[in-house]
Amino acid sequence: MSSDTVPSKTPEKTTGLHVGDPAPGVKKVDPILIADHVKRTFGGLTAVDVDHVEIPRNAITALIGPNGAGKTTFFNLLTGFDRPDTGTWEFDGRSLAHVPAYRVARMGLIRTFQLTKSLGLLTVMDNMKLGAKGQSGENFFRALLPFLWRGEEHANEQKAMDLLTRFKLDAKKDDYAASLSGGQRKLLEMARALMSDPTLVMLDEPMAGVNPALTQSLLDHILDLKAEGMTVLFVEHDMHMVRHIADWVIVMAEGRVVAEGDPHEVMQNPAVIDAYLGSHHDSDLGETESEHVTAMKELIDDEQ
Amino acid sequence: MLDWGAIFGNAAIEFISPTTAAYALAALGLAVHFGYTGLLNFGQAGFMAIGAYGYALSALRFGLPIWACVLIGIGASVVFALILGIPTLRLRADYLAIVTIAAAEIVRLLFTTSEFDDFTGSASGLSAFQRDLEALNPLPDGSYGFGPWNFSDRTWFFLMIAWVVVALCALLTWMLMRSPWGRVIKGIREDEDAVRSLGKNVYSYKMQSLILGGVFGTLAGMLFVFPRAVVPSYFQPTLTFFIYAILLLGGAATILGPIVGSMVFWVLLSFFSGFVARAVAAGWFPFMTQVQAGQLRFILVGVAIILIVVFMPQGILGNKKELAFVK
Repeated sequence: MSSDTVPSKTPEKTTGLHVGDPAPGVKKVDPILIADHVKRTFGGLTAVDVDHVEIPRNAITALIGPNGAGKTTFFNLLTGFDRPDTGTWEFDGRSLAHVPAYRVARMGLIRTFQLTKSLGLLTVMDNMKLGAKGQSGENFFRALLPFLWRGEEHANEQKAMDLLTRFKLDAKKDDYAASLSGGQRKLLEMARALMSDPTLVMLDEPMAGVNPALTQSLLDHILDLKAEGMTVLFVEHDMHMVRHIADWVIVMAEGRVVAEGDPHEVMQNPAVIDAYLGSHHDSDLGETESEHVTAMKELIDDEQ
Repeated sequence: MLDWGAIFGNAAIEFISPTTAAYALAALGLAVHFGYTGLLNFGQAGFMAIGAYGYALSALRFGLPIWACVLIGIGASVVFALILGIPTLRLRADYLAIVTIAAAEIVRLLFTTSEFDDFTGSASGLSAFQRDLEALNPLPDGSYGFGPWNFSDRTWFFLMIAWVVVALCALLTWMLMRSPWGRVIKGIREDEDAVRSLGKNVYSYKMQSLILGGVFGTLAGMLFVFPRAVVPSYFQPTLTFFIYAILLLGGAATILGPIVGSMVFWVLLSFFSGFVARAVAAGWFPFMTQVQAGQLRFILVGVAIILIVVFMPQGILGNKKELAFVK
């Protein structure tokens, strides 16, 4: 497994992102996203309770943690798909509290979903064009006057074609997205997100369900985002991938940020090992290990 | 012997009758709602009632000119769509279905109740509200046509108005659905959250779609009552279900599907009713009375529609490829 997930080029790690010792909620030199006291409860269950976290700009940050740690909920809260009970959070200096999801997207914070949301009954090209921002033809009345949006449409098509070529989906442009494989849909979703020239791309488990042959190109694409000046925040379970491409890792457990740091150091943090393995990880739990617990143990072994 | 000529002739008339046009337009409204946007509007009869009464009341009670009557009908249906949409469009699709079916019944019952008899005519409805419109009829008096399509000048006039309105609305829908606006709408049908994550105001688009389809329903209601009187019992929930049947028959996410569906529906309905009524009179079905025969046509049409939906689920004009991926 580890050998196929190595990106084809050695990723250049960004360092010196933080101020002071790496600890949960550490200050960043240039944060793009800052969340304070974001709390979300579902009935009696506290899904997310983040005191303070900053996401560094123009870097790849991984959000990891065991199942049920609140990573996806935190994603939903940051992007306006869910509302927290309390808290403030800002993106690029602008507050995002009570901003609806579509406005968050327009500000340049684009997300993808854990279960791919490519629109199966639209063609690949239509999926792409849907991603473009500020289209005047999307207004009900202007839609009736094609000469107002035809030029724009043509430009979007060009841009979409360039992106599709980059993601090797250009041959599929007239196919229904439903006919793509799971991995191709992930690629399409990422390409579609790029149609709006986002500043921050949030990927929810970009590798889930992608076959190893495509993993490599997906990793390269994520690295390319950084090279183009975008910031990436992603949730992932595949620890090898996290280690290879992430510049910074934030670990969540039971709704809280329990550790932060660069990918190599953070894996050795006792809080992280506890979060994944439980504080009784020395005792024999028999066959109950989940996949990422195994992955984690493997990594700890690698590091030592 | 059965008079097959009369059976086929009566069925052929339905091809172009004003009623067929009205149902086609109402179905086009549902195509915008259900076929393109994925909104489950089960209250199209309510929008039609608002159009019919909006026109008739403005003409009869306030003596307004034709354009004002039409605008009042449209305005009332926009308000109706807003009332239905504001609380429900943020929720799951099913809530709109529940609210629309209930709201359409409330509308019908408001027009039925004898409380407002002086104003609405209650159960017996309103008639002779279309005098102003008839005065505009440019056709010479008399009855003319060819083959089975022989109508009075009045029917021809309403027939032409109806099909012109249907054609304009179909053209409008076609233009919208091939524009970026239509692309957003079709995206919403499949996955609202995906469209929302791309920066589109889904709630606003759903509201626009609800209003557009509702206005089509309203215009359909007017076209439906122009050749006749307005009676609240026309606007039963079964009317909405017939329109859904037409939509599925023709193809839900198509422009011409509702029109073709309406023609097929009415021709079949007329054919079955003519055939069954004459067959009973001729003693072919000795176990059945004339009254029972009147109901049998709906059973036969129902069976025909079930067969079409089972064996041709994309409808007559739908894209089979598009449906191949539906789980």
